[in-house]
Amino acid sequence: MAADVMHAGAQARGGAGGRVAVGALVLALMLLPLVGGRYAQYVAIQVAILALFALGFNILFGYSGLLSFGQAGFYAVGAYGCAKLLLLKPSLLFGVIGGTALAGVAALALGVLCIRHTRIYFSMLTLAFGMMIFSLALKWRDFTGGDDGLVGIPRAPLEIPWVLSIDMASMGRYYYFVMAVALLAIAVAYRLVRSPLGLTFQGIRDSETRMAFTGVPVRRYRLIAFVVAGLYAGLAGALLPALENTVTPPVAHWSTSADPVLATLMGGVQSFAGPIVGAFLFFMIKDIIVRFTEYWLICLGVIVVVLVMGFRGGVLSLVEGRWRTRRRVEVES
Amino acid sequence: METLVFQGLIGLSLAMYLWLISAGLTIIFGVLGVINFAHGSLFMLGAYFAFTFYGLLGWNFGLAIAGSLAGVALVGWVMERWFLRALYGVDEAYQLLLTFGFVLILDDAVKIVWGGLFRIPPIPAFLEGSWSVVGRPFPVYNAFIIAAGVAVGIVLWLGFEGTWWGKTVRATASDREMANAIGVNVPRVFSGVFMVGAMLAALGGALGTPVRVASPGLGAAMIIQAFVITVIGGLGNLKGAFVGSLIVGVLSAYGTLRFPEFEMFLIYLIMAVVLLVRPQGLFAR
Amino acid sequence: MIPVLLEAQALRKTFGHLAAVDNVSLSLEPGVLTAIIGPNGAGKTTLINLLTGLLLPDTGTVRFKAEDISRLPAHARVRRGIARSFQIMTIFPSLTVQENILLPALARRGRNHRAFARLEGEGEAFGDAQEILGEIGLWEQRDVQVRALSHGDQRRLELGIAVATRPELCFLDEPSSGMNPIERQAVLGLIRKLSAERRTTFVIIEHDMDVVFSLSERIVVMNRGQVLADGTPAAIRENRAVRETYLGTEV
Repeated sequence: MAADVMHAGAQARGGAGGRVAVGALVLALMLLPLVGGRYAQYVAIQVAILALFALGFNILFGYSGLLSFGQAGFYAVGAYGCAKLLLLKPSLLFGVIGGTALAGVAALALGVLCIRHTRIYFSMLTLAFGMMIFSLALKWRDFTGGDDGLVGIPRAPLEIPWVLSIDMASMGRYYYFVMAVALLAIAVAYRLVRSPLGLTFQGIRDSETRMAFTGVPVRRYRLIAFVVAGLYAGLAGALLPALENTVTPPVAHWSTSADPVLATLMGGVQSFAGPIVGAFLFFMIKDIIVRFTEYWLICLGVIVVVLVMGFRGGVLSLVEGRWRTRRRVEVES
Repeated sequence: METLVFQGLIGLSLAMYLWLISAGLTIIFGVLGVINFAHGSLFMLGAYFAFTFYGLLGWNFGLAIAGSLAGVALVGWVMERWFLRALYGVDEAYQLLLTFGFVLILDDAVKIVWGGLFRIPPIPAFLEGSWSVVGRPFPVYNAFIIAAGVAVGIVLWLGFEGTWWGKTVRATASDREMANAIGVNVPRVFSGVFMVGAMLAALGGALGTPVRVASPGLGAAMIIQAFVITVIGGLGNLKGAFVGSLIVGVLSAYGTLRFPEFEMFLIYLIMAVVLLVRPQGLFAR
Repeated sequence: MIPVLLEAQALRKTFGHLAAVDNVSLSLEPGVLTAIIGPNGAGKTTLINLLTGLLLPDTGTVRFKAEDISRLPAHARVRRGIARSFQIMTIFPSLTVQENILLPALARRGRNHRAFARLEGEGEAFGDAQEILGEIGLWEQRDVQVRALSHGDQRRLELGIAVATRPELCFLDEPSSGMNPIERQAVLGLIRKLSAERRTTFVIIEHDMDVVFSLSERIVVMNRGQVLADGTPAAIRENRAVRETYLGTEV
């Protein structure tokens, strides 16, 4: 019991240390292209994409208590949407923002249906919708290219009409673009979880009944959380086409929905940075394991079992109290 | 017309595999409250075991099936007794994640043990050949599958309605605390039910092998269909699972004939609609 | 002042063949601290659930300040000035004490949806929370995670959350359940104080007869889903039917 009180205090002290850590991290990211090669940048981009995907997932799961198995559906809408837009008009911002927006619309439309239920029925509904999107991606040849997917997607220049146009062909340029977008999106998410809305999400997770009896229309807020998660999934997906120049149906499959779940589990469900740390760990572990054996799924499975059985707070729960969602809230005078 | 009937029968035999895996999944949910993601993998394991015992080691068909059931029951017991049981008090989400972890482990494990290739054991001699149905050759094996599926359905129904064990299980399913209070060893019931569910999945896989290939992707393919069926029939509803399997099996068979493009989408659409409109399933009381 | 705050007419709620609430009509006047008593299964909690919107009635109406709220969802009723506490603790276990009170305070001011405002900047809500935490005596423990609180403190918090929306009508379902006598007296003193100071009308479900008779100005006795008796404590004490079915000869 005393430990919890201590944690509250520790977090207040952890604030300054946290800022230093974040600063160091940003610096490291800026310098990466200078020391690492093309491959390192490529992996870093993939980590950033997964981090965004997982961040959105955790706003829905860790913060609001809703377990969705269909996030890959919105990831795919973002990816395919961006690809289509880039093929239409080769402007990077147009594609990324457009793809994200489309994913948001899809999340709103499907969310209205999904949030009518909770717990297991909600999860199953998200699975069904996710797989419906997958079957569209796979079978609707005329629009999505079927199992070949969409190819020849340009890594379009970053354009703001009449202001600037930056060519993005080099990996380094795209790396900086993705990092900038990711850092911005992370900052926005951070602000969100520390806001009244973020606290409301947590209240919903802890007790929907009590939340309703504070006068809050719970369903509406579940929908907001769902749309936020969908937007982040869509943003993550939208960063994909320009990287690989192609988008294929597996991005919509329920096994892709598992990636952010696993990353969040590894990093820590109950903390803001958990999904980000988890995304990094996910790739790092995969990279290491794959050097020794092709059977990396079984290792991942073992890690999942170990985490679920003993370390449900993920890696960050072992780093006591610093990065938790629980923190001392002091009013500004 | 003949095509319709014939395809319907094909759909019926397909439905039986689906029934076997869905029955197990729905029973496990109904009693333990857990959605076992790894159920498809248990089905797949059953297929691989059967292939090994019958196809590689040359055991008698019946013995091979029995061996397959025993092997998967053991795996299921380990999963429930040593892992799942520890999580009963914890948020259901973690139970789901645990079963997902097992999917990853099992799916790769079969690759390690049996390699990544497809495995197809021969059909036992006494079930070879085909009968002429509406002027077409209908494989005897498929008829056997249909018979087996119906037989299992009857056994399960009798078991749950008639036997003492069946009644105990139903009592535990409807009110765990009450059952505990009257002296039922609830953890043991849970283990037993999980093993029965696992064996049903294994049976489906084992019987299916001569017709459906045993491959590493089999688990993932089956679990999704099992989910759809248990939702349509109602989570925990055995009769519903049977009817749901018939619907999905026959629809799939017709679907591949007429609308191969739409079939997949349609099945998930039905799942979504049922969840939205009648989440307790089409056949809930 | 409106003569009748809440009026329920012919409320009925059945579960299967059981009528948990059977043709109940009730009027609540502002400022009158009312207790609802009755044996287990009498339908007290079901009645509260119907009045607060956790359940919808099969037949019958509920009017709050002359408005028909019979089919309004719970959160809409809260916004109109009704609140409640629960018999089974319904608080936010992983949040701190202060955050538990902040949420209803924010809700009262319609600030829950603010996504880009910093929580620390919500001065008004914090002010409300400080006031309430002071009243219920949990200000010192404001940063403690609620899970770590003692049972008695959690009950006080539950009370605090209920009044944090500044309701005109507040239902308390067994507010002192599970408490030792000292804690019980503290909670009841709190209710008495809040009742006197605020413009909140309290309606409590209670089993402890000492509490009921010392605290309430009006008692409603329920049995088997129906209102058995309704009146002042003195009248109820004298009521033969009540004594036979519920009070026994203790009082």
